[in-house]
Amino acid sequence: MVRRLSWQVATVAEIRHETPSADTLVLDVPEWPGHLAGQHLDVRLTAPDGYSTERSYSIASAPSAGRVEITVQRVEDGEVSPYLAGVLSVGDPLELRGPVGGYFVWRPATESSGSEQPVQLIAGGSGIVPLMAMARTRAQVGSDEPFRLLYSVRSPEEAIYREELPSLGFEVTYAYTRRTPPDWPVPAGRVDAALLAATTWSPDDKPRVYVCGPTPFVEVVANVLVDAGHDPASIRTERFGPTGR
Amino acid sequence: MSFVSPGFGGRRREHRDLPPGQYLTEDFPVLSYGPTPQVDLADWNFGIVTETGAVHGWGWEALLALPHETPHVDIHCVTKWSKLDTDWEGVSLDTLFENVETEAEYAKVYSYGGYSTNLPLEDLLDGKAWIAFGFDGEPLEPEHGGPARLLVPHLYFWKSAKWVRGIQLLLEDEPGFWEENGYHNYGDPWREQRYEGD
Repeated sequence: MVRRLSWQVATVAEIRHETPSADTLVLDVPEWPGHLAGQHLDVRLTAPDGYSTERSYSIASAPSAGRVEITVQRVEDGEVSPYLAGVLSVGDPLELRGPVGGYFVWRPATESSGSEQPVQLIAGGSGIVPLMAMARTRAQVGSDEPFRLLYSVRSPEEAIYREELPSLGFEVTYAYTRRTPPDWPVPAGRVDAALLAATTWSPDDKPRVYVCGPTPFVEVVANVLVDAGHDPASIRTERFGPTGR
Repeated sequence: MSFVSPGFGGRRREHRDLPPGQYLTEDFPVLSYGPTPQVDLADWNFGIVTETGAVHGWGWEALLALPHETPHVDIHCVTKWSKLDTDWEGVSLDTLFENVETEAEYAKVYSYGGYSTNLPLEDLLDGKAWIAFGFDGEPLEPEHGGPARLLVPHLYFWKSAKWVRGIQLLLEDEPGFWEENGYHNYGDPWREQRYEGD
């Protein structure tokens, strides 16, 4: 059956400042049907002269009818993100449609499937957003499926959800690429094969791996994982641009 | 127009017409669902298989020996970016189909790495599609589908299968990877056929 995705007008219910450059928009969407963790939605902005443009944003929240959250990383020379994370206010309308995407998703195991396959989440920057939806969904349903997260950010201040992540009940490892917190045991640096081997499920554990981040980050991480012996078919990726961020 | 985003001016409208909803990028973003397959040229093969099972195949050297074309085209990704005036090098599908006899109306394209996508055969012929192995005067990089990808610029770019390995000709249409995952079966950017039902 084809369910046509129609545009809806959401209302901004709340804005949470996650980092100096990232805001979470909590959106009331009367017809929102819920979603799967990892799906995204499309936002459409329209100027008074009729010009309009669209972008896709990953959904950050666990499934809920009538309400959905996205987290927007502001791109300084961007056209849409400075509007969403800067201009838009509580009470404003926002046109969107979704949920979209059926592949980069995580579903909790059911009694019958009985899956204990470990799940490895690997995020670069705002690539944490769809992975956070997975982590929140796991917590929401009370799942004890083995999860781990490796989260690469430039500095501690740029880590999104840093208050909530430790409460989700699984191991979270931060990798700082530019500046570490005081007394951090290792110098700042990019995620590499040694760090991946030391902090993520090994190929022998046969994890399902979700990698999300800027294109160069995802390219490096996915290639290292394949070289280390992970089955390419067990690695799902989501890349975003512009390259270099 | 019934909806206006309060306080939104919009900026990038100085360019020539883009398909609706698209924005321009100077980068070359990447959309794929898994790790980038690394394909060894010594093992590389491209085949067209007809509905009767007849196979027409080319190794890497055989492909390069065919006449080259250098399409200069705009490309449009379903994730909203468009890139204008891109320069490719490749072999026209018309050349590859010269000796192929078929009654089929549909094509399903397969990739190294397991990806697939479907399109009507007529969208691959008459100068509309290429097997591309060069971009901007350089060999096509693996993350953009190298060593060779399909190039069908008049459809959303997910139809331009990266790491292409073959085409199966079919009498009846059969959805590919993204088409089974909620995306539109045809994917015309000018009609904004992004998702199933659009």
